[in-house]
Amino acid sequence: MKDAAIHVENVSASYRKNTVLEGVTFQVQPGSLTGIVGPNGAGKSTLLKTMLCLHPALTGSVTFFNQPFKKIKKRIGYVPQRGSVDWDFPTNALDVVTMGLYGQIGWLKRPSKEHKQRAWEALKKMGMEEFANRQISQLSGGQQQRVFLARALVQDADIYFMDEPLAGVDAATEQAIMTILKELKMKGKTVMVVHHDLQTVTDYFDHVLFLNGKVIAHGNTNHVFTKENLAKTYGGSIQWVKEGSQHVVHSIE
Amino acid sequence: MWSILLSSNTQWVLASTIILGIAAGLVGSIAYWKKQSLMSDALAHASLPGVVISFLLIGEKNLLILILGAAGSALAGSLFIQWVQSSTRITEDTAMGMVLSIFYGLGIMLLTIANRTAGGNQSGLDSFIFGQAASMVRFDVFTMLGLACLVILVVCLGFKEWKLYLFDASFAKGTGLSLTFMNILYTAVLVTTIVIGIQAVGVILIAALLIIPAVSARYWTHSFRWMLVLAAVFGGASGGIGTFISALGSGWPTGPFIVVTAASFFTISLIFGKERGILVRYIQYKLHQKEVHVRKVNTHPEAKGAK
Repeated sequence: MKDAAIHVENVSASYRKNTVLEGVTFQVQPGSLTGIVGPNGAGKSTLLKTMLCLHPALTGSVTFFNQPFKKIKKRIGYVPQRGSVDWDFPTNALDVVTMGLYGQIGWLKRPSKEHKQRAWEALKKMGMEEFANRQISQLSGGQQQRVFLARALVQDADIYFMDEPLAGVDAATEQAIMTILKELKMKGKTVMVVHHDLQTVTDYFDHVLFLNGKVIAHGNTNHVFTKENLAKTYGGSIQWVKEGSQHVVHSIE
Repeated sequence: MWSILLSSNTQWVLASTIILGIAAGLVGSIAYWKKQSLMSDALAHASLPGVVISFLLIGEKNLLILILGAAGSALAGSLFIQWVQSSTRITEDTAMGMVLSIFYGLGIMLLTIANRTAGGNQSGLDSFIFGQAASMVRFDVFTMLGLACLVILVVCLGFKEWKLYLFDASFAKGTGLSLTFMNILYTAVLVTTIVIGIQAVGVILIAALLIIPAVSARYWTHSFRWMLVLAAVFGGASGGIGTFISALGSGWPTGPFIVVTAASFFTISLIFGKERGILVRYIQYKLHQKEVHVRKVNTHPEAKGAK
């Protein structure tokens, strides 16, 4: 497939001596919304970081629209885990969103009124306009996540990577975020999301990537999201709660 | 008392310590958000052997050369910290503690040797430990002023980039900002600020001028821009006032006076700071408590009537 948006070929990565990813190969079609699922320590975040050159790859190559990351990084948006930054940093919500425009503003130049306006509109889209001037440490977890998403929106990228954007947010924020993700997909953007809640996978994503050190299965949600693949990925600790497509992961102590 | 202010040498020395304080306040704020306040202390101590070694090599006290030596050994210290951290199981704070004491011990040892050599005794190298701003000659002052202005310029020009780099480095990388470049620039401005400050403030106390103004500024504002401005003001004022007081006596070290001045700014900020000061927080709490109480009484009037 030559027209794939993301092409990952035989990627391996490790932390010190522990190999986290081994021979990961997959392709993602443009305009798809993919959920990456797998148990803790499966290398989901590492996969994103390796693809974005934030973590060194041992082997393999990653290309976006047939180009390496370096050449195309301005067309890629990344929403890191909320806990990856210090929210005590002295700045407000609007300012954080404006950071998404820094690449377009150009180095050493100051953001103009128009840039601030665009940042404000992105906040508004996330339902956060009344918090624009709020110090970021005074935002709730869900509001912080919305700010992060607004910052990614304002980048107007073609490919988005999001690391657990739905972790620890309330139902309203989850709905707001999913509305935006579906909208991005409608616009033809390619989105990959690390996701934890297996119950909602079929509702939220059109593609699923099962990951546990290597790719267990990848493809259309309807075809791939099966009992067998879940068992393979989570090592048999999966149980069906009721008839139908409801699954639950039992933590085994 | 005021006559010393009229001396042109004192005026120049004052100007240079004020500018140094401004630079230290700015760079200190960056180090504060890089969570590396202790790093500046380790690098300051690590610069001492470089000062003495370059003195022993050239045999005279030329501030520019001594600064280069200081920068060299501070960088060696920082590389050592990074190496220990990445290749052993020793954590960063332990590595910094080691570098701080080992390099400082080495520096004092070399200093003892240098003081035994001819001319070493009168060299005034001792003033690098606690700082002796009055011992600076015109050339020293110009060197310090020039480099401090350069540091201030680098921080101000790249304000937006520093903010992004400090708040979210991985996102910064995604927008095209080179982290390697920013890391090098950060180390460069930090080491420069330290080494130009060691003659006026001394290797032991220069870290205080980096750390205290930044922390004090944090109590007054929730904006990174204002934090930088206030840290620069606190740093500059501490540098100026401390130097002035130390100039009143003959042979008084500058560093301790600068640090005590900075510490009094910190005490004021801690109590009266507009955003996080103890007093302001207490008043806000009391007002809020009163408001809640009034609301309760209004919604349940019988609570008031019951005894």
